[in-house]
Amino acid sequence: MNVVDTRRAKPAAKLLSGNAACAAGAIAAGCKFFAGYPITPSSEIAERLATLLPRNNGVFVQMEDEIAAMAAVIGASMGGVKALTATSGPGFSLKQENIGYAAGAEIPCVIVNVMRGGPSTGMPTRPSQADIMQSRYGSHGDYPIIVLAPASAREIYDETIRAFDLAEICRSPVVLLYDQVIAQSSETVALGAAPAAHAERKRASGPRETYKPFAVGADGIPAMARPGDGYRTHTTGLTHGEDGFPTQNPEAVDRNLSRLFTKLDHHRELIDSWETVRCDDADVVIVAIGISARAAKRAVELCRAEGKRVGLFRPITLWPFPEAALREAVKTARAVLVPELNLGQLRHEVERLLGRDRVEGINLINGEPIGPAQIAARASQLASEA
Amino acid sequence: MFTDAPNFDIRNYLRMEMMPHFLCPGCGHGMALRALLWALHELDIDKDKLAVVSGIGCAGRLSAYIDANTFHTTHGRPLAYATGLALARPDLHVVVISGDGDCLAIGGNHLIHACRRNLKLTCLMLNNEIYGMTGGQVSPTTSETRLTTTTPLGNTEPNFDACALATAAGAGFVGREVTRHVPKLKELIKAGLQHPGFAFVEVLSDCTEVYGRKNDMGSSAEMVMRQKSEMRPSVYRDSVDTPFRSTDLPTGILTRNDRPEYGASLRRAAALASKGAH
Ligand SMILES: Cc1ncc(C[n+]2csc(CCOP(=O)(O)OP(=O)(O)O)c2C)c(N)n1
Ligand code: SF4
Ligand SMILES: [Mg+2]
Repeated sequence: MNVVDTRRAKPAAKLLSGNAACAAGAIAAGCKFFAGYPITPSSEIAERLATLLPRNNGVFVQMEDEIAAMAAVIGASMGGVKALTATSGPGFSLKQENIGYAAGAEIPCVIVNVMRGGPSTGMPTRPSQADIMQSRYGSHGDYPIIVLAPASAREIYDETIRAFDLAEICRSPVVLLYDQVIAQSSETVALGAAPAAHAERKRASGPRETYKPFAVGADGIPAMARPGDGYRTHTTGLTHGEDGFPTQNPEAVDRNLSRLFTKLDHHRELIDSWETVRCDDADVVIVAIGISARAAKRAVELCRAEGKRVGLFRPITLWPFPEAALREAVKTARAVLVPELNLGQLRHEVERLLGRDRVEGINLINGEPIGPAQIAARASQLASEA
Repeated sequence: MFTDAPNFDIRNYLRMEMMPHFLCPGCGHGMALRALLWALHELDIDKDKLAVVSGIGCAGRLSAYIDANTFHTTHGRPLAYATGLALARPDLHVVVISGDGDCLAIGGNHLIHACRRNLKLTCLMLNNEIYGMTGGQVSPTTSETRLTTTTPLGNTEPNFDACALATAAGAGFVGREVTRHVPKLKELIKAGLQHPGFAFVEVLSDCTEVYGRKNDMGSSAEMVMRQKSEMRPSVYRDSVDTPFRSTDLPTGILTRNDRPEYGASLRRAAALASKGAH
C-alpha cells in the first residue's frame, strides 16, 4: 500500500517521543502482553506499558533477560494473546534464536529494535542503522520476516498498529526497526482515533478430526488453534508436516518451508509500504530510511530550490523490500544515493536490485546522524553530472 | 508392577498415532512420563485445558506424545515460554518438561527466576546426569569421576543439587523422586500439580543407552534396581554404602510453603490500578 494519510481530521496534538508513540500504538492495536528487559534507547516503551497494560486488561512482565522476554512473548501469543517485546542491539542479538522459532512455528508477535551504535555494547545513546541486515537475517536458517522502518513518532504509532495487524494476518514475527533519534526525540503528534477493528489471526474451526494445524488454503496462512478450544495440537521448532508433528520427509519439509515465503508473497499488497518524494522526473533518487530519510527529505528540498532534479524513495516496509516500487521510483534516475548510518547495508540491497553502476552511498558510523547539507551536496553534484 | 493403577489406562493420555515412541529401550524418561500421565488422570485434569511446554532434549521430546496442547520450544527456554503462556492464560494448567542440561545449564537462569516469581507452573526436570539427546556429554548434574564423551578422563566438575537450588531461589514447592518408584513419583507430581505456586519436581531418571553403557552400569533393569538400593529416600540412606551419585540426594517433598503466587499478585495489583486511576 502506498502511504496515504487516512486518519480523521484534527485530533488533539500531543508532544510524544517515538517510544511513547510505540507504546500508545501497541495499546491501540489491542496488545495485551509485554515482556522485556531494560536497554537504552528502548526502555521507555517498557516503562510506559508497565503503566498502560495493567489498566487495559493486559499483562506486563520484566523478564530475566532478552531471551526469556522473547520466549515469554511467543508463549503468550501461543495462548492467543497479542504480544510485544522491545529492545536494542545487544538484546536484539539475544532474541534471535526465538525469533526464528516464531517464524518457523508461525507465531504472531511484534519485536521493536531501537537501533544504537554497535558492534557489541557500542554506543547506547547514539543513533545507528546498522541492524538492517540483522533484522532480516539474524536467526539461523532460511526464514522470512516482516520489518517495518518508521521515520517519525507519528509513523511509529501507525506502524506499530500495522505491525500487529500484519503479524496476526500473516502469522509471522514483525520487527519495528527505528533509530535512537526518532525513538527519543519528542515531536508534536496528532494520533488518529484507535482503529475500531483489529486484524485477528485466523482461528481453527470445525471438527478436531479434520483440522490440520498447518494445512492451508489459497492465501497460504494456516488457521491457528487456541489452547482450550479442544484441538490439542503440537507446536514445534522442528521441521513439521501439516499435522504439526516433526518430520524430515523431504517433500513435506520442502512444502512447509517454501510456504513460509509464499505466504508473504500472497500478502505483498498489505505488507509493502513506501513513500516517494518527487521521483517522477528525478535525475537522482535518494534511498533512505528513518532519521537519514528525514535528512534526505530536506536535502531534496534544498536541491530542488537549486533547480536540481532530486527525489527520495523511502521504504517504510524494509523487508520484504518493496522492490517493484523502488524500480518504478528510479525509472528516470541516472544516479541513486543511499545515505545511512552503517557501512552500506541498505545500499547492498539497492545494488542487488539495481546493479552497482549508478548506486553510491554516504555512510557514517561515528554516532552522529547524517545532515541534510551533506546529502544535498552530493546529490546536487550527481544531478549536475547526470 | 503397576497393578495398583486399576482405573488408569495410559492410552487415554497418549497420542497413540505417535507410537512407537523414540526413547531407547529402558530409558527412565518413559517411566517419568507414565507417572506424569497417571497423576494428571488421578487429578482429572481436563486435557483441553492442559498445556505441556517442553525444551530440547530426550526429555523435551516427551511433549509430542501427550494428548494435550503441547509446545516443544527451544533449548533451555521452556520455563520462559511457559511464563508467558501461563500469565496470558491463567485458565490453563501449565506443565513444563525439561532435562538436566535444559533446565540447569542453558536454562539455569530461567529456572532460578521462575522459582523466585513463584508463578503457578509445574516443572518436571528429568535428571539423567547426562546430555542424552546429543550423545552423552557431561551435564551440570553428572557425578564426579563419571565417564562421558566430553569427560574421557572422568568428570572433575562438582555437580548441582537442583532441589537445594530451587528452594534457595524461592520455589513454593520442591520435591525429588526416582523413576524406580513410579507410584511414589506419581504422588509427588500430584502434590506438585496441586500446589498453588511454582512446583519444581526433580525426577532421577536413567539414560541407559549413552550414560549407563559408557559407565558399565549394566542393563536398564540393573540400573533401575540400583536406584532401589542406592538411591535412598532419606530413611534408607544409612544402608547405602556406595551411593552411585556423588551427592547424597534426599527424596520426597523437600520444600512446601505458601508464598504468594505471582500471577494472582499481578492480577490483584492490576485490578487496584484500574479501579483507582484511569
Ligand atoms: C541452543 C542450543 N544449543 C545446543 C543444542 C543441542 N542440544 C540438544 S539437546 C541438548 C542437551 C539435552 O540434555 P538434557 O536437557 O539433559 O536432556 P536429555 O536429552 O538428557 O533428556 C543439547 C545440548 C540445541 N538444540 N540448542
Ligand atoms: S539417549 Fe538416553 S535419555 Fe535419550 S532416549 Fe536414549 S536412554 Fe533415554
Ligand atoms: Mg539429561
